[in-house]
Amino acid sequence: MVTKVLTGNYAVAEAVRLSNVDLITAYPITPQTTIVERLSEFVDMKLIKARLMRVESEFAALAAAYGAALCGARAFTATSSHGLLFAHEMLWWVAGSRVPMVLAVVTRTVGPPWNIWSEHTDFMGQRDCGWLMALAENNQEILDTTIQLYRITEDEEVYLPGMLGFDGFLLSHTSEPVDIPDEDVIKSFLKPRSQPYNMCSDNILTMGNLSNAEDVATMRYDIHKSMENAKEVIKEVDREYEKLTGRSYGGLTECYRCDDSKYLIVAMGGWVGTMKDVCDELRSNGYDVGVLKVRFFRPFPEEDLTKAMSSVKGVLVFDKSVSLGSLGHIHSEVLARTYGLSNKVVVRGVIAGLAGVDVNPNDIRGIILKFIGDVEEGGYIGNTSEWFLGR
Amino acid sequence: MSIKIQGLSRDNYVLPGHTACPGCPETLGLRYVGMALGKDSIIVVPAGCSTIIQGTLPKSSIAMRVINVPFASSASVASGIANVKEILKIGGIPVVWAGDGATADIGFASLSGSAERNDDLIYICVDNEAYMNTGIQRSSLTPYGAWTSTTVTGKREDRKEVPLIMLLHKIPYTATASIAFPLDFISKLRKAATIRGFKYIHLHAPCPTGWRFDPSKTVEVAKLAVEVGAWILFEAEQHKLRLTPPSNIYLDKHKRKHIKDYISVQGRFKDLSEDDLRRFEDFINNTWELLLKFT
Repeated sequence: MVTKVLTGNYAVAEAVRLSNVDLITAYPITPQTTIVERLSEFVDMKLIKARLMRVESEFAALAAAYGAALCGARAFTATSSHGLLFAHEMLWWVAGSRVPMVLAVVTRTVGPPWNIWSEHTDFMGQRDCGWLMALAENNQEILDTTIQLYRITEDEEVYLPGMLGFDGFLLSHTSEPVDIPDEDVIKSFLKPRSQPYNMCSDNILTMGNLSNAEDVATMRYDIHKSMENAKEVIKEVDREYEKLTGRSYGGLTECYRCDDSKYLIVAMGGWVGTMKDVCDELRSNGYDVGVLKVRFFRPFPEEDLTKAMSSVKGVLVFDKSVSLGSLGHIHSEVLARTYGLSNKVVVRGVIAGLAGVDVNPNDIRGIILKFIGDVEEGGYIGNTSEWFLGR
Repeated sequence: MSIKIQGLSRDNYVLPGHTACPGCPETLGLRYVGMALGKDSIIVVPAGCSTIIQGTLPKSSIAMRVINVPFASSASVASGIANVKEILKIGGIPVVWAGDGATADIGFASLSGSAERNDDLIYICVDNEAYMNTGIQRSSLTPYGAWTSTTVTGKREDRKEVPLIMLLHKIPYTATASIAFPLDFISKLRKAATIRGFKYIHLHAPCPTGWRFDPSKTVEVAKLAVEVGAWILFEAEQHKLRLTPPSNIYLDKHKRKHIKDYISVQGRFKDLSEDDLRRFEDFINNTWELLLKFT
């Protein structure tokens, strides 16, 4: 093992180098670009065996990776924002075909107007496509989760593609020390490529021709069941990875000082690190606050969340994305799981950090203290939603 | 490359029970692909008539490997396969089988991108000159004057010359073909299979449903298109164009049949005026002139 100071983008590239990938398809978009630049260096310097296709669009990038994956290749591509939206149709096709592959999404605002800073709407907008979806908190987790996703997506209980999101610039262009596992460690962790069928084998197969309604509905249900199966696989993979590297992320969620908390903060992505710091500070001032980091958004960690909410007074959800006309994406998922809890829980959703609006520890502390104050004063005040548009 | 009918495979690549319209040119074309390449082909099919022709899951009427893909993605999916062929030791040839809409309109960027990268695959555009599968809407390859359900008084624009556009990508092999000349199509496919890089074959496929002619006359209409000079058979290796029989005869205008022989059998042209007809003829003559510049 070596430790290197790496940006989030270079951490992904290192993970791809270690994962014995056969095909990388590349198309540039800020802030994703340095991933494919670094991978292009690896390929040209023959540090990896993968072929690199420099294609003409993100749609083509995903389509070409899909073609290769159908024929047995371990494939990788990466994109952001408008690129991800342009590839949206292919996302459905890859998942519906049950083809494992991994996609890195460097999260970025969707225009107009043009804005390259991080928010999560591009990523969260893909939540219905049938992909496993993880969002990383830091550069170490970016490297580790990319590798883990190859193992998870190629598990026969899962056989679905997976995307790893992380915040543009905040992680993609920020350097942190990252432990890079040895090649032979990852080689033993990742088994040879496995997939449900191979379109380039000698068998005469047809993929995706017309189907009747019941068959399509059943296939959709199968994807849902595999999502449910993935929960256990994700936890097992996390445990096994911990044995090899000493690092665990708790599986689907990470419970940070939330076991005995009265107030639970729920969020995803890079700013969870800041929330943990604020949590420590509030704890030392006598507030019973804990943080539940949602690591995987699909499958959604319903059981972890329900357990964490079962003994709290209030849940404060931070969303860096919103379904316009409704609520923040995590907020609505959390609300759906409050029904049936034996305790009455106040839930507040805060939509913040959109378009890269800076949210610093003071802002987070202020929002948390106001929430605690409102609940302590007003008792059960139900569900509320707020927008933080900057100072 | 001379090919004799007796020497061709008797295997069925398009099975009885397919769900094509009567007189469908695409089933003919797919049969020829099977006869030319056998089970080597890994066929990538975007949304179009050939999606329907396969019939419903869990069965298929096509006895070759078939990957159905989104409308705009076929060249990209095939290029992904082409790029891992060696590393994964895949036996077989990625073959795109795409309609004129998937080729010239929605999938044009994918096609152009793959050609520019010179990916090792065969791309066949099976051109029935409109979006037939969805009910006969115009495409950029619908000819001037033709009725479609989105050009009810006749299309006002000329078709674009996709084979020439592909030739100018400087790919190693570009050809046109017609379902009326199967041996020519098969020999071009076989030649394409021996060439490394991007191969483009544009197959003319008259559609009785969309063109409004009797389903028994598909081959006849396809033949007329060549005989009046409206469809020109050629091949180009290393971007040097050569007319292939029988189109080389029709280099001499006087040997061509009259344009009316082709137009009058198609209901889609029934409202064509004399002016329109002259314009149609001019278009054909101009296309010949343009094409010959590349010989």
